Amino acid sequence: MFPELNNLLNTTPEGAEQGKLTLLCDAKTDGSFLVHHFLSFYLKANCKVCFVALVQSFSHYNMVGQKLGVSLTTARERGQLVVLEGLKSAVDIFFRPQEEPHPLQFLREANAGDLQPLYAFVRDALEPVDCGEAAWRCPVLLVDDLSVLLSLGVGPVAVLDFVHYCRATVCREWKGNVVALVHDSGDAEDEESDVLLNGLSHQSHLILRAEGLATGFCKDVHGQLRILWRRPLQPTTPRDRSLTYQYKIQDKSIFCCEPSSEPYSL
Amino acid sequence: MAAAGTCGTGTRSTGSMVAAASTNNVTSFQRRGPRASGADSGCSRLVSIAGTRPSVRNGQLLVSTGLPALDQLLGGGLAVGTVLLIEEDKYNIYSPLLFKYFLAEGIVSGHALLVASAKEDPADILQKLPAPLIDDSYKKECDEDVCSHKMEPDIKMKIAWRYQLLPKMEAGPVSSSRFGHYYDISKRIPQELIETSKWHGFFLPEKISSAFNVESCSLTPGYMKLLQFIQNIIYKEGFDGSNPQKKQKNILRIGIQNLGSPLWGDDICCTENCDTSHSLTKFLYILRGLLRTSLSACIITMPTHLIQNKAVIARVTNLSDTVVGLESFIGSEKETNPLYKDYHGLIHIRQIPRLNNLIYDISDVKDLAFKLKKKLFTIECKQVHGL
Repeated sequence: MFPELNNLLNTTPEGAEQGKLTLLCDAKTDGSFLVHHFLSFYLKANCKVCFVALVQSFSHYNMVGQKLGVSLTTARERGQLVVLEGLKSAVDIFFRPQEEPHPLQFLREANAGDLQPLYAFVRDALEPVDCGEAAWRCPVLLVDDLSVLLSLGVGPVAVLDFVHYCRATVCREWKGNVVALVHDSGDAEDEESDVLLNGLSHQSHLILRAEGLATGFCKDVHGQLRILWRRPLQPTTPRDRSLTYQYKIQDKSIFCCEPSSEPYSL
Repeated sequence: MAAAGTCGTGTRSTGSMVAAASTNNVTSFQRRGPRASGADSGCSRLVSIAGTRPSVRNGQLLVSTGLPALDQLLGGGLAVGTVLLIEEDKYNIYSPLLFKYFLAEGIVSGHALLVASAKEDPADILQKLPAPLIDDSYKKECDEDVCSHKMEPDIKMKIAWRYQLLPKMEAGPVSSSRFGHYYDISKRIPQELIETSKWHGFFLPEKISSAFNVESCSLTPGYMKLLQFIQNIIYKEGFDGSNPQKKQKNILRIGIQNLGSPLWGDDICCTENCDTSHSLTKFLYILRGLLRTSLSACIITMPTHLIQNKAVIARVTNLSDTVVGLESFIGSEKETNPLYKDYHGLIHIRQIPRLNNLIYDISDVKDLAFKLKKKLFTIECKQVHGL
């Protein structure tokens, strides 16, 4: 996790809030550093994490995780982390027909299916088991990313349904958290993506949006990070507080600063 | 001027060692398993595959694209297990060159090839590959070009200047242990090189004529057959580590031409709302899954300028690892623009993957132009005249 980002979000692994849906969003840039941050954050917070990794292979996340101070292999062996590797599973389902329902079963189907099997997988992975051993703090579902599901033929409504079911079970029932990454297609006129993004923005408690700079590529600033708090838990705090920072990603950390008023000279 | 520590193949291992020592993180360099391979295969054996080298940054196994200037721009080469998507130029004149360079590099390095096309027989494609240049003749090409250039002689190869200092090696057959070779487009590759290479061809009209009894899936039949063919080769030849008895590991280079064009049975280039709109993206996803679990690298050329639906282009870009776009000046107003008179087109590096890392080596240079000379395809920093 990035301590700088924790400061901006005003959280620590020990005091992580529960029952929240966090939306990660990127536009014109790569927002995967946010996924790595939250993955290592919740593992350090001693939560039980179900990671639906649809974009990269497990070893990629593992290697970045090690830079951020967590070992995904150890967490997986301990039972703290359950990973669904999308790329590997896709090859398995596609070429070797499976008998039992598989979470990514919709890949074999001609019509856009629903994500019931995927939800069942998440539910089985995060179900609190009281067998007396060291209990994890709270269940967390992390999805990287939901836009890939749209590319694979699932409709935006089905994806929204899936998130809704996960929220109802993980956030409400089990007092856990859900974090998901969605790409903002910007001016690519992707209606399905817009439906998904708008639908999720309304449901989220916290939105982190990584945007590429409007002026184009810059070596010192990789982008702009917008943090939007919605639905604060205390009624006294003002609604919809938002902050904007500019960030630069380094090898193992991130450097954030207030946006300067002067345009950068290249 | 030449940073002696980092150029040339002989010094690459020491260069990497220096990097490891300075970051004080020996484990991340020390062959932590190039992410691409099946994680259970022995890591130590992977470094010794001909025509590959580990990336200086994170030990990622890289192969050359066949164009050393492009390797530079992509951070050293193409990572094994990833997809390089070339967005074709409008009249498909220059993208086949990049395709051929990739395949020719595979033959010269001794890699296995898998060539898929819906338009041209793979055997014909292989016949038309450019001939590799041996070191002495390349130096002669350099000198000829430099003399004939009326302007400053050091414009050429501004980005790939390291490669101009080729080691003075033997004048014999091309050494295949080198990383990245130069090719002469005006000459064809020697027949014996093709014959000694291991290649598999997928020509769509031949494969699709036989009756197929695959269950209905939202992939078009052409893509379905191609995926099965690729998976079959990877499994049979053991590129996914499934056959540990194989003595020598090798890389499989996959080349797919004109993916998405109507010849593949996909109407994504014809209409805006097509029935098979998810076919191409599903294909890319499963292909990447196959690549990630095997020792292979893939180049795909795609006529993205024909795709009507911009959302699809964005999705295709997200599903690929490295994306390079070619924009030729033919027929556009840039052809007569004096700014661009020395060049044939622009090359855009649209996306570079961050693999096993939070950051990547991004080149500071953003204005890149290419030029097709009589024998060579070169990429240069755009020289803005008159400023």
